Amino acid sequence: MIQAILVFNNHGKPRLVRFYQRFPEEIQQQIIRETFHLVLKRDDNICNFLEGGSLIGGSDYKLIYRHYATLYFVFCVDSSESELGILDLIQVFVETLDKCFENVCELDLIFHMDKVHYILQEVVMGGMVLETNMNEIVAQIEAQNRLEKSEMTLRVSLIPTFTSPQGGLSAAPARAVSAVKNINLPEMPRNINIGDLNIKVPNLSQFV
Amino acid sequence: MALKMVKGSIDRMFDKNLQDLVRGIRNHKEDEAKYISQCIDEIKQELKQDNIAVKANAVCKLTYLQMLGYDISWAAFNIIEVMSASKFTFKRIGYLAASQCFHEGTDVIMLTTNQIRKDLSSPSQYDTGVALTGLSCFVTPDLARDLANDIMTLMSHTKPYIRKKAVLIMYKVFLKYPESLRPAFPRLKEKLEDPDPGVQSAAVNVICELARRNPKNYLSLAPLFFKLMTSSTNNWVLIKIIKLFGALTPLEPRLGKKLIEPLTNLIHSTSAMSLLYECVNTVIAVLISLSSGMPNHSASIQLCVQKLRILIEDSDQNLKYLGLLAMSKILRTHPKSVQAHKDLVLQCLDDKDESIRLRALDLLYGMVSKKNLMEIVKKLMTHVDKAEGTTYRDELLTKIIDICSQSNYQHITNFEWYISILVELTRLEGTRHGHLIAAQMLDVAIRVKAIRRFAVSQMSALLDSAHLVASSTQRSGICEVLYAAAWICGEFSEHLQEPQQTLEAMLRPKVTTLPGHIQAVYVQNVVKLYAAILQQKEQAADAQAAQEVTQLLVERLPQFVQSADLEAQERASCILQLVKHVQKLQARDVPVAEEVSALFAGELNPVAPKAQKKVPVPEGLDLDAWINEPLSDSESEDEKPKAIFHDEEPRHAKQRPPEADEQELARRREARKQEQANNPFYIKSSPSPQKRYQDAPGVDHIPVVQIDLSVPLKVPGKWMPMSDQYVKLEEERRHRQRLEKDKRKRKKRERERRGARRHTSLHTESDEDITPAQRVDIVTEEMPENALPSDEDDKDPNDPYRALDIDLDKPLADSEKLPVQKHRDAETSKSPERQDVTVMEKKSKKPKRKEKKHKEKEREKKKKEAEKGADLDFWLSTTPPTATPAPLPPGSLQEEPGVNAAVTAPKEEPRGEEQDAGEDAEQDLEKKPSEQKKKKHKKDKGERSKDKKKPKKRAPPREGEAEPVQNGALCEEPLPPMSSYSLLAENSYIKMTYDVQGSLQKDSRVTVSVVLENQSSSFLRNMELNVLDSLNARLARPDGSSVHDAVPVPFQLPPGISNEAQFVFTIQSIVTAQKLKGTLSFIAKNDEGSTHEKLDFKLHFTCTSYLVTTPCYSDAFAKLLESGDLSMSSVKVDGISMSFQNLLAKICFHHHFSVVERVDSCASMYSRSIQGHHVCLLVKKGEKSVSVDGKCSDSTLLSNVLEEMKETLAKC
Repeated sequence: MIQAILVFNNHGKPRLVRFYQRFPEEIQQQIIRETFHLVLKRDDNICNFLEGGSLIGGSDYKLIYRHYATLYFVFCVDSSESELGILDLIQVFVETLDKCFENVCELDLIFHMDKVHYILQEVVMGGMVLETNMNEIVAQIEAQNRLEKSEMTLRVSLIPTFTSPQGGLSAAPARAVSAVKNINLPEMPRNINIGDLNIKVPNLSQFV
Repeated sequence: MALKMVKGSIDRMFDKNLQDLVRGIRNHKEDEAKYISQCIDEIKQELKQDNIAVKANAVCKLTYLQMLGYDISWAAFNIIEVMSASKFTFKRIGYLAASQCFHEGTDVIMLTTNQIRKDLSSPSQYDTGVALTGLSCFVTPDLARDLANDIMTLMSHTKPYIRKKAVLIMYKVFLKYPESLRPAFPRLKEKLEDPDPGVQSAAVNVICELARRNPKNYLSLAPLFFKLMTSSTNNWVLIKIIKLFGALTPLEPRLGKKLIEPLTNLIHSTSAMSLLYECVNTVIAVLISLSSGMPNHSASIQLCVQKLRILIEDSDQNLKYLGLLAMSKILRTHPKSVQAHKDLVLQCLDDKDESIRLRALDLLYGMVSKKNLMEIVKKLMTHVDKAEGTTYRDELLTKIIDICSQSNYQHITNFEWYISILVELTRLEGTRHGHLIAAQMLDVAIRVKAIRRFAVSQMSALLDSAHLVASSTQRSGICEVLYAAAWICGEFSEHLQEPQQTLEAMLRPKVTTLPGHIQAVYVQNVVKLYAAILQQKEQAADAQAAQEVTQLLVERLPQFVQSADLEAQERASCILQLVKHVQKLQARDVPVAEEVSALFAGELNPVAPKAQKKVPVPEGLDLDAWINEPLSDSESEDEKPKAIFHDEEPRHAKQRPPEADEQELARRREARKQEQANNPFYIKSSPSPQKRYQDAPGVDHIPVVQIDLSVPLKVPGKWMPMSDQYVKLEEERRHRQRLEKDKRKRKKRERERRGARRHTSLHTESDEDITPAQRVDIVTEEMPENALPSDEDDKDPNDPYRALDIDLDKPLADSEKLPVQKHRDAETSKSPERQDVTVMEKKSKKPKRKEKKHKEKEREKKKKEAEKGADLDFWLSTTPPTATPAPLPPGSLQEEPGVNAAVTAPKEEPRGEEQDAGEDAEQDLEKKPSEQKKKKHKKDKGERSKDKKKPKKRAPPREGEAEPVQNGALCEEPLPPMSSYSLLAENSYIKMTYDVQGSLQKDSRVTVSVVLENQSSSFLRNMELNVLDSLNARLARPDGSSVHDAVPVPFQLPPGISNEAQFVFTIQSIVTAQKLKGTLSFIAKNDEGSTHEKLDFKLHFTCTSYLVTTPCYSDAFAKLLESGDLSMSSVKVDGISMSFQNLLAKICFHHHFSVVERVDSCASMYSRSIQGHHVCLLVKKGEKSVSVDGKCSDSTLLSNVLEEMKETLAKC
């Protein structure tokens, strides 16, 4: 079982927080902070496993993480998961993000936390791995996006839509993104290209 | 221009969406908290609006704030509102928010049951999917119970997307509602062979999770998994299965034998490291489970170790880590093969990666032997010095202690060395593990008699050295060591060389800065020392010195009397008085030493930690039996406190000594000796290695004193590591020993040579050859008489997985079924017996036949069970893996009773399902799902019959599916079938049924769900529905169409298929019923061509259809009635034979009421119209009649509703 999935940046700012076990909000923040401090002091060239200890659950749990440019992806799992398998899963997740956002960067995660959640929901459900096939994941997400779009623009449904203006919600993010892209954000490295990161586990193709 | 303005104002509504919020927070870095609280205020405003899009937007923003650590549970109700939006876009936002912040303590969560159920049965797979995903995060025991059946149905959904989600979520349902495991298990097992790899993987996932906790219940699935393992190509599935086998093999060694071959093949063939690694892991598990009498497996061990070595030597740190992890598993059973790689492990100790160093440490634990212990510990000690960061250093410290103390200090040959290591460890500053070191010191000093003299000398030096006392101000844990030191010095004071000096060290003023419990120990042991000194002085007839010591105590003890710690204070005051008394006696030259020493006469023996628990219950004592019979329930509540005392009494009883005669005692003693022989705690009576050394000839001559002389007894002031000297000494000693032995051997050999000259024994130094330096007699810990040998006290009774320890092979009993949603009113839901009674009544019509059937089934089940047991044995006994398919079970039709039930009882089942729908009396009545379920069910049936054919062809070796799932659920329906759908119109082509539904959120709208069923063999398309609007009611048409335009039906109907369309109507006044004329036009196309067809209908809007089931609490209900704003009306219906409960159920179901309160044959009910009219009813049942009194804020509405109700009741 996966206990928690945390994504935060190099400064410890949370970008995605998904606990599969109930913790009050303060504890969640505390766990994020502690996890951040744990992974921060680790070099990039040492192993990606960390014995979580008191953090979540206890000795049965491990932190398995990957570091991509400005972001840390941390999975907290118990002994029923294969360590290398989870590393691959993180890779699958990130590559899926890359496909869905087209060259994903931290900004995408910042402004579309909801979308990232929806993508994650197609990969992991309730702490268990749902799908590892990237094509399948992407297909489902695209189908849902189409459904959303159709609900928002064409009013095919017989139930009259609420007084939604043209564009509605789906149009808003697009505006926001274009707006953001014009804002000068010096501290945000714009291009986190997955392609030029060295990925340590060589057997990804086995899973995809 | 005007258009632009309108657009602008609408845009403003969406002014702050998630992106704006994020941007705002980023722009307000300085006053983020203030900005966010401002945003939360805005969100609160937005949540108050009626527009669902605005609400959804607000909830979306809240989800973001939740991530930042803001509690959003206050918006739980709004989240539910958004969850129940009809659009996927909003629904998804709602469920996401719910999954982030709902939990078992969320009180509104119970309101979601019906909404989730509705979404689960939604025609859109993504609605269902989103509901499943959300539910997986916040499922509660109640939700699990209420929805288990719905989810189980989804496991056979046509879409694999839904199937896999439904399968996965079942695990969560099992956890929360363990009763569902057995009924659902057959279907779950079925999914292991699902054609879709995703579903298969999900099923494997769930079963692996289940089996990990309670493996023995899943042994029977081994053949199936074995087949999957040999056939699957999905690495995820393979890894899971292989992991599962790892958990299963300890329970069934034969399984292991079968696995070895395919696993080694996989190890050789796979290129995926993850898979390779798991294979190695499971092979290790297999090897562990197999007894050592399997010589041919050494090859497998070698293979594993060799592969692991490759991993450890890899440059990838991850592989290195995992290699070490797996290595430690081999170590447990095959230490020899790992010890060969000691170099590698020691090398890893120097790794820059802490995770790897920790793993290597773990490995060291198992690698030590008598021979290398000192060397390894020496190496670790250098690491302790080098280590930065206290956590790693603490870890090292605990590891050193673990390594040395493991299995009763098995590897320690020289305890002086060990004591000096412990003393060296006390130099660590800021360690948390002072108490560990202290415990070791105490343990060793108590249990190894020979070391006491040395230990005492070291401890007195410790007490003497001031640096520890000084460091105690930092409140570091290391001062705990002084606790041990003081106690050892006091307890074994006879070994002290200069007790006076130690006494003075213990009475220094600085001692009072120590923690209270240590001071207390100081005080107590000061007296012990004092007693020893007195004795000494009096024997030497040095009265002067004796009095001086007493004087010293009298002077110094008051500092402890002022201690803040109660314990220290109390002891000090007592002892001060005692010493003063002694002083008086001394002044009169009375010898006191004997009497003072008598205070501490006798020796303390260590007691085993589990000793208390192991006291056996005396024969004839039943701890569970009542001593006084519990008071009967009829007595009033104030008796309760008494009962608490009764509960406690059995505990007192435990201490009563057993009454047994001499013979019995002798028998028990004999039995105890037997137990002790097997009990690891008893080294005394078993021939322990230590004992052997003691008895062995030629050990006695090892001069203990010689060593004592060669090492300075005091710890040098500079704290030079003393242990190193021991290492050298030890080497010398061993060398001497070896020489001697060699000498002896040579003599022997010479003798032999002189004799037959047969043997030439080579010199090897094995562990056993090393004799310990001291006479080691580890005093065993005491156990009570008749100690129980059991070791079962490790299990945690609160383990949530314990509830899932369920035998899955036992056939399902009829009583085991998933709860199908039933009418529950306030009382009956809580008393299952009463429900049973009604069930019995219903059943009584044909009980005999059923009983007979049941018995037959029972017999069959038993037979099958026996067969299955035999089959597993058979499968396991056949060695070649090719022989996997077990013999075909007789009658594969009977194999799948689920299918049988579906085929033979098609009428029964839909009824059950229909009943499912919308009956929870507290909540919205859902009519839609019932119909959809029916449809789904039909599809299911189709699919299943297909399924049925497949197994016949393939004849897989599955036996466990003999459990009849459905029949239990079918036979107990206490209510007649009900459907809220009524016929709208029908012709030879099409049949239309409809239902009208209002919702509280839209005050003038109702939704009409029309189910269109194609009854012909033609293909129906271009369906359009048109209605003649009245002034009061009009069909909502898409924008831009005129009032006469028809509304298209968004689907086509192939022959025999039905589907549901929803139409929204706007209603002005809801107080009266009305009818609308309408037409459905469509094109029917068959082989001969297509024709235009028409079907007229009359849509009836009853007043009931404007009512929405709304729960109401009795106090609010009472207030409403008292308010006096309501007008009253009543009806009476005669000739009713239906039971009251069913009657209420009918009213609830057809008229959308909820029961507020029920007393005997009288009930109050409540409902609310979509425009907010309150409708209150009082329903009374007489002999054969029912009277309904109603109160409502609109009299017309009330009378109309009552009229409609009368009609319904008349049909009863």
